[in-house]
Amino acid sequence: MADREHDHGHDHSELSDIQLRVRALETILTEKGYVDPAALDTLVESYETRIGPKVGAQIVARAWTDPQFKAALLKDATAAANGLGHISPVGSHLIAVENTPQTHNLVVCTLCSCYPWEVLGLPPVWYKSAPYRSRAVIDPRGVLGDFGLTLPPDTGIRIWDSTAETRFIVLPMRPAGTENWGEERLAEIVTRDCMIGTGLPQAESRK
Amino acid sequence: MSNTIHDMGGMHGFGKVEPERDEPPFHAAWEGRVHALQRAMGAAELWTIDGGRASLETLPPVTYLSSSYYQRWFLGLEKRVVAFGLVGADELAAGRSLRPGKTLPRQVTQADAAKPPIRGNFERPTNTYARFKIGERVRTVNINPATHTRLPRYARDKEGVVEAIRGCHVYPDTAALDVHNENPQWLYTVVFTGQELWGPGSDPTIKVSIEAFEPYLLPA
Repeated sequence: MADREHDHGHDHSELSDIQLRVRALETILTEKGYVDPAALDTLVESYETRIGPKVGAQIVARAWTDPQFKAALLKDATAAANGLGHISPVGSHLIAVENTPQTHNLVVCTLCSCYPWEVLGLPPVWYKSAPYRSRAVIDPRGVLGDFGLTLPPDTGIRIWDSTAETRFIVLPMRPAGTENWGEERLAEIVTRDCMIGTGLPQAESRK
Repeated sequence: MSNTIHDMGGMHGFGKVEPERDEPPFHAAWEGRVHALQRAMGAAELWTIDGGRASLETLPPVTYLSSSYYQRWFLGLEKRVVAFGLVGADELAAGRSLRPGKTLPRQVTQADAAKPPIRGNFERPTNTYARFKIGERVRTVNINPATHTRLPRYARDKEGVVEAIRGCHVYPDTAALDVHNENPQWLYTVVFTGQELWGPGSDPTIKVSIEAFEPYLLPA
């Protein structure tokens, strides 16, 4: 009995303040009938298992292999992505911005965390962090350096601050050495960071 | 509020960006719960997405900076459920419900939750014409409202060029204050040179765009 009490006390002390407060709020909202815990489970699970950057990678790989699709994507990314059919539906005002030898695109939300969830999943912690939000618009080369990325000094950098309900996905350049690759293999090298603008696809990094 | 700590573009001193390899969607179970609670309560449409943002932005600066992202979401949600009379402060203190809940206009069922999540559409029909044309030079207004705005401080009173017209959208500055005041406005992508924003010392190769609602813009 004494041991049990001890164990109980030990478990309790390991629950942090925030864990306790979140648990309390969920309890209250459930008891009041505002939320259904089973629905909450499903909401959590959707982003843990189903929605992530693979969706965006499929879109990019298609754009690399199908010029008509690429043109449609740059014109209206929501419509083009939804036309693919095999990916989960994409909401309104997704905008694809294309990297070229002259211009590299970088997406940020200086005010908070706006991000194209449906094609990239939930944003990483760094995207929502003060260092990224403060520096992306004033020192983008420094930020890219934090990701180990150095662009030629004369490459223009275009920063997209997501200050409204439009959402941006970067269409990176297809790397050399991938000419004979199929769509599926191409999608594997399109990382989340490539589609935010803090990474570049690497033909040799294929696992 | 407008000139609060959330508006970080151009600030110095926060250090390096720290990418994390193979980052999980949630770093602890409670983060997932907060994410789901926020979405489930947001679905009731008692407040707008802008009202939700405003509740985070008005956290005290020290709290804002010392809280993780999902802690901020939690603190904002806690504030909102009390402000909207859905939960009493006494209930938060007690950690349990002390009286029956109100009826919400909308609730997320498990069937809703199982559908692929899709963003709402914030574009609205209009019988007005866009005031500015693509390619037109514009100057952003110099405003400092004490209420929510999506015009970042670094891009106020700056000259730029209209690059795209995105349609007529719910205006965050009013929708944050009142769920019934969507007050749709034309939305533009306006691009600025680095030098216009940051002065002659700026990297000359950079351009920054914001998504600017029409009330943020004047002819240059």
